[in-house]
Amino acid sequence: MTEPSADSSNAPRVVVVTGVSRFLGAQIAAQIAADPMVERVIGLDRVDPPAVYADLLSRVELRKVDLTKSMGNTLAKMRAEAVVHLAVVSSPDPAAGGRGGMKEQNVIGTMHLLAGCQQTPSLKRLVVRSSTAAYGASFRDPAVFTEDTEARDVPRGGYGRDILDIEGYVRGFRRRRPEVTATVLRFAPFVGPTAETMLLRYFAQSIVPTVLGRDPRLQFVHVEDALEIVRRSVLEDHPGTFNVAGPGVITLSQALRRSGRVNLPVVEPLLQAATRLGGVSLDQVELFVHGRVVDTAKLCKEFGFTPRSTAVAFDDFIKSHQTGALVTPDRIDSFLNMIKSVRARG
Amino acid sequence: MDDLIDEWDGKVASGLAFLRRRLIGEYEVDDFGFDSELTEHVFHPVLRQLYKHWFRTEVFDTKNVPDEGAALIVANHSGTIALDALMLCLAVHDEHPAHRYLRLLAADLVFRLPLVSEVARKSGATLACNPDVDRLLHEGQLVGVFPEGFKGVGKHYSERYKLQRFGRAGFVSVALRNRTPIVPAAIVGAEETYPLLGNIKPLARLLGTPYFPVTPTFPWLGPAGLVPLPSKWMIRFGEPIDTTPWSDQADDPAVVFNLADQVRETIQGMLHDLLKLRPDPFQE
Repeated sequence: MTEPSADSSNAPRVVVVTGVSRFLGAQIAAQIAADPMVERVIGLDRVDPPAVYADLLSRVELRKVDLTKSMGNTLAKMRAEAVVHLAVVSSPDPAAGGRGGMKEQNVIGTMHLLAGCQQTPSLKRLVVRSSTAAYGASFRDPAVFTEDTEARDVPRGGYGRDILDIEGYVRGFRRRRPEVTATVLRFAPFVGPTAETMLLRYFAQSIVPTVLGRDPRLQFVHVEDALEIVRRSVLEDHPGTFNVAGPGVITLSQALRRSGRVNLPVVEPLLQAATRLGGVSLDQVELFVHGRVVDTAKLCKEFGFTPRSTAVAFDDFIKSHQTGALVTPDRIDSFLNMIKSVRARG
Repeated sequence: MDDLIDEWDGKVASGLAFLRRRLIGEYEVDDFGFDSELTEHVFHPVLRQLYKHWFRTEVFDTKNVPDEGAALIVANHSGTIALDALMLCLAVHDEHPAHRYLRLLAADLVFRLPLVSEVARKSGATLACNPDVDRLLHEGQLVGVFPEGFKGVGKHYSERYKLQRFGRAGFVSVALRNRTPIVPAAIVGAEETYPLLGNIKPLARLLGTPYFPVTPTFPWLGPAGLVPLPSKWMIRFGEPIDTTPWSDQADDPAVVFNLADQVRETIQGMLHDLLKLRPDPFQE
């Protein structure tokens, strides 16, 4: 399935992947382990991967490491040549300490990992998962963000703030270790038949709350395309920060219509109050007020790869989540046919 | 009679097809959120009633608007609420042979308001900021700007048809940087739709708006005061101004202000000419 990397002489021999017990980390670790140029792939996480990933991870060495505690010279001892930091969580998990645990893992975890990277002389490449949440949300934002756009307002959502902190630490790392190729990937929200995120759980509901009077422009990236970009960042040299999203836009109302969901418009303050009850986060409310669209020209040029469009990626998600649909094209057609037949009789 | 029924059947069928596409989400929006289908099938027909029957709009010299490629249309701004911007869009779309869309640049206030922001984006407007204008012009779009901004729409009725300051004249730098022509446009008629006689500043501050208008009908008649007065409208497009000779001087204030003055005087001159054609604001 995976072809050898284009510039194979440059491929790292030892690759460390964090967040290996979760979907993205497990997939990436497995794909990189399948590359013949890579000798060793070590997967780190604070919990063991679920049993379903056992086959997938058969060629990956698993280590139980809690990133929120100092890792000392673990990476140096492994002679890591590439580190892929995917242990960044986008929504609080009540089982892992809620928002406090999330911040701990995102911010403190990244600090410890980068401290470890700095003390690893063998390191050639660092790939960090970031998010388009780095652009924040403001009414004075341009319609489309390029990589050099700076956030006008500090995001109110926890994830957005974590992302700004993480990118800040990577900037520091770049200054201290300029010879290491650092790639920061700002992902749009993932979609795909298998992805499980808070945003997708939201779309999987039959009745979906939205902000009254707002129809944000959304962008998604298909998980398989996201994986391909991460894989290439590990095996090839792509220094810099890149937006990773499917080109094009769909509006929230369009997304809900395409997936046959019914929307329930709620005034913004009420939806904000609902964030305390869970089920929806401040990050999401900000997204649903302002929308977020990024420019992917830099990504496509540098990687020579264009992710499938936002519309196509979202379609793939709909196909696998048809059970919750209330308004299906069939039902609309039968409704419209009813109007036609009434007219024909009259 | 049968013809009439056929015509209606056709209309109903296309209406149902439109409804079906809307309900299942089978339509495209661009990166700015512009929904061309919704604009043509819903926004334009509504505005066209005002444009044709209420304001009896006459348009001159659409030949000055390029058939294709990027251009910046710069117009005067008036009338308390920005009806003139919407009418200008319709004039470009309906009267120009290429039926082009005019992409408006709007203040951030527009994007702060629920519903208004949604309609603005869907009808092709975006925030007046450099990255957005550059992107639109790079795509070869026709962009509409009103350099007077709130100073234009919120001015007293006694100041009608007197162009206000152009501020930093950012539109000139944009045109120079992108090597796009500037098409000056004059709009007559909007000043009389909501003659602004007063401004309740404390209320404006409370609502966070640039002004709180008092017109002969608003707020005295409540919602009925929102009906614009039926003035006679005229729109003229001036000769395009080629900006390429100065394209590398986009950051030279002398060049920028010089060109801005030229545009300003052209629009002011066109306004005077149109007003001579229309001595009575409410003529047929």
